[in-house]
Amino acid sequence: MSLLQISTEDKSVKPSISFSPEAKAKFEKILTLYPPGTQAPLLPVLHLAQEEFGYLSLEVQEYIAELMNLPVTTVHEVVSFYTLFKKEPTGKYWVQVCTNLSCTLRGCEKIVDYISRKLGIQVGETTPDKKFTLTTVECLCACEMAPMMQINEDYYGYLTEARVDEILDNLK
Amino acid sequence: MAELVLTKNFGVPDFHTIEGYIRCGGYEGLKKTLEEFTPDQVIEEVKKSNLRGLGGAGFSTGMKWSFVPKDSSKPKYLVINADEGEPGTFKDRYLLEKAPHMLIEGAVIAAYAVGIHTAYVYIRGEYVKPARILQNAIEEAYAHGFLGKNILGKGFDLDMIIHRGAGAYICGEETGLLESLEGKKGWPRLKPPFPAIVGLFKCPTVVNNVETLSQLPHIMKNGAAWFANICQGAPKCGGTRIFSVSGHVNRPGIYELPLTVTLREIIYDHAGGIPGGKKLKAVIPGGSSAPVLTADEIDVKMDFDSLMAAKTMGGSGGVIVMDEDTCMVKALYVLAKFYAHESCGQCTPCREGTGWIAKILYRLVHGDGRPGDPDTLKSVADNIAGNTICPFGDGAAWPVQSFVKKFRSEFEYHAKERKCDVLKT
Ligand SMILES: Cc1cc2nc3c(=O)[nH]c(=O)nc-3n(C[C@H](O)[C@H](O)[C@H](O)COP(=O)(O)O)c2cc1C
Ligand code: SF4
Ligand code: FES
Repeated sequence: MSLLQISTEDKSVKPSISFSPEAKAKFEKILTLYPPGTQAPLLPVLHLAQEEFGYLSLEVQEYIAELMNLPVTTVHEVVSFYTLFKKEPTGKYWVQVCTNLSCTLRGCEKIVDYISRKLGIQVGETTPDKKFTLTTVECLCACEMAPMMQINEDYYGYLTEARVDEILDNLK
Repeated sequence: MAELVLTKNFGVPDFHTIEGYIRCGGYEGLKKTLEEFTPDQVIEEVKKSNLRGLGGAGFSTGMKWSFVPKDSSKPKYLVINADEGEPGTFKDRYLLEKAPHMLIEGAVIAAYAVGIHTAYVYIRGEYVKPARILQNAIEEAYAHGFLGKNILGKGFDLDMIIHRGAGAYICGEETGLLESLEGKKGWPRLKPPFPAIVGLFKCPTVVNNVETLSQLPHIMKNGAAWFANICQGAPKCGGTRIFSVSGHVNRPGIYELPLTVTLREIIYDHAGGIPGGKKLKAVIPGGSSAPVLTADEIDVKMDFDSLMAAKTMGGSGGVIVMDEDTCMVKALYVLAKFYAHESCGQCTPCREGTGWIAKILYRLVHGDGRPGDPDTLKSVADNIAGNTICPFGDGAAWPVQSFVKKFRSEFEYHAKERKCDVLKT
C-alpha cells in the first residue's frame, strides 16, 4: 500500500519534460532553416533546450531525441562533444575565467585564485547557495582585454582584484 | 599613415546599423557588382586583387571559388566561418560587432560570383552579443532588399542563416565545421574531396572567413588593382589585414595594416612596445599554432610568403608578445594543455601525442623534469606533424618544435635542474 502511494506520488511530482508553447514555436522555426530530413537542426535545438530547461539532463536528451527522431546515443554523443552544452546544472552565474596564453601572460592565475578564495570554492565547484559556478576556459578570443572572463552571456576584461569585486558584488 | 579599409568607420557610432553603413558608402560595392559584372568577372577581379584567405591558410580566394563546379545539379552553399577560436585572435569579433553589414555585403558578392543561394554563418557559441548584432543586421538587410529574393531588383536571391557553435576549437577547421553544421560532433573529414566539390550536405560549398568576405565590397568598389597595390613589394599579396595584438605590449588591440608591415613595426610603432621598458623575448606571429619567433627575427614582413620563408606562418594574424620575464617552458605548457583539450580524438598521433606533450611539460613546469624530456617532446611532436587527418595536428606540433628548438637551454635547465631559471622557482 505504502509502496503504491510512493510510486503514484513520484509520478505526479516529476514534471514530464516538454517544451513550452513558445519554445515549441521556436523549435518549428529552427526546422525550416535546414534541408528537411537532415540532422542539421540539432545544435540550435540543443541550445534552445538548454535555455528552456537550464541544462541537458539525460531526460532532456531523450526528449530531444524523440522530438527529432534520432537515436538517443546520437544526441548523447553530440552533447558530450561540445563544452557549452551543460550535462549538469550550474549556479545562477557561470563564471569562466580564460587561462590560455595571452591571459596567462597578463596574470590570470592570480585572478582564478582570487575568485576561488572570494567565493570559497575550487575551480569546477558551485557555491552552496547555487549562485556561482567557477570554471576555467580556453581562449575566448578577447585577448586584448586579458585577463578576462565570461559570466553567462557577457565578457568582462582588464580584470584586477578590485574589478572582480565590483563585477561579482553587483550580481544579484 | 596607411590606408584603412575594413576599420575605417569603426568610430562611427551607428556603423553597425543599415543607416550608418549606407551613409558611409555601404552596399555601393554590391550595386556596382550586380550592375557591371558577370559572376565570372567577379571571380577574375577577386583573383587579380590577390585577396588571400584571412582565416588561417592564406589561400587565394578567387582561386578557391573557381574550383566550384559551374554546372552542378545540386544546390551550392556559402559557409561563413565566424567560429573564431585560434588563441590570440579576436578580429572577427570586432568585424561582427562593428561592421555586420560589411560581412553581409561581402557574402552577397561571393554568393553571386559562385551562384549560391543559401549562406550559413557558423558563429562561435560564446559570441552571443556579436550573434545578436549580426541577426539584427540580417533582418535589416532583408527589409532593405539586400538579402532575400530579387536582391536590388537584379534577379539574384540569397538567404542568410546564423548557426551557433557550442564550444569546440576544432569546428573552426572547415570540414569539422561542416560536420558540426550538419548536427554532428565536429570530426574533420579526410581531404580530398575538398568542400568546393563535396561540402555541406554533400553539395559544393565555399567556406570563407569573416574578414576575407568583409574585404570584398571594397575590392569591387575600388578595383582589384587598388587592392593589390596596398601591398607594394609583396607580389602575391593584396590589401590589409587586421592584426590582433596581445600579451606583453602597452596597447593590446586590433591594428589594420598592409600585409607588408614588419612585426617590429606592429609591436613597437603600433602596439606601443613592451611595458616597463622590458626586453622582448619571443613573439608568436599568426595565432597560437604558428611557430614562435625570437626577438632577433622580428624584422620579417607580415605577408604570408615572407612569414613562410621565415619558417613560421601568417595564420590568423594573432600576434602574441612575450617579454624577457616569460618562462618559455610554462608558456608552451599553457598552449599544450589547450591542444590536448581540443584534439577531437579521431587520429591516434594527435589524440595520444597532444596528451603526452602536455604531461611532459606539466612535469617540467612543476619541478619534476627528466633529462631526456626536451628530446622526447621533439620526437612526439615530429610524430604528430604530417600524420593526421586535419592540420590541427601540425598546429599542435609546430609550437612544440619551435619552442624547444629556439629556447633549448630553458628546457634543458628545467629538465636537469628541476627548476626555472627565469621565474626563479
Ligand atoms: C584547427 C583549425 C582551426 C581553424 N579555425 C578557424 C577559425 O576559427 N576561423 C577561420 O576562419 N578559419 C579557421 N581555420 C581555417 C579554416 O579551415 C579555413 O581554411 C578557412 O575558414 C577558410 O577561409 P578563408 O579562405 O577565407 O581563410 C582553422 C583551421 C584549422 C586547421
Ligand atoms: S589531427 Fe587531431 S583534431 Fe584533426 S582530425 Fe586528427 S585527432 Fe582530430
Ligand atoms: S587568451 Fe584569454 S581571451 Fe585569448
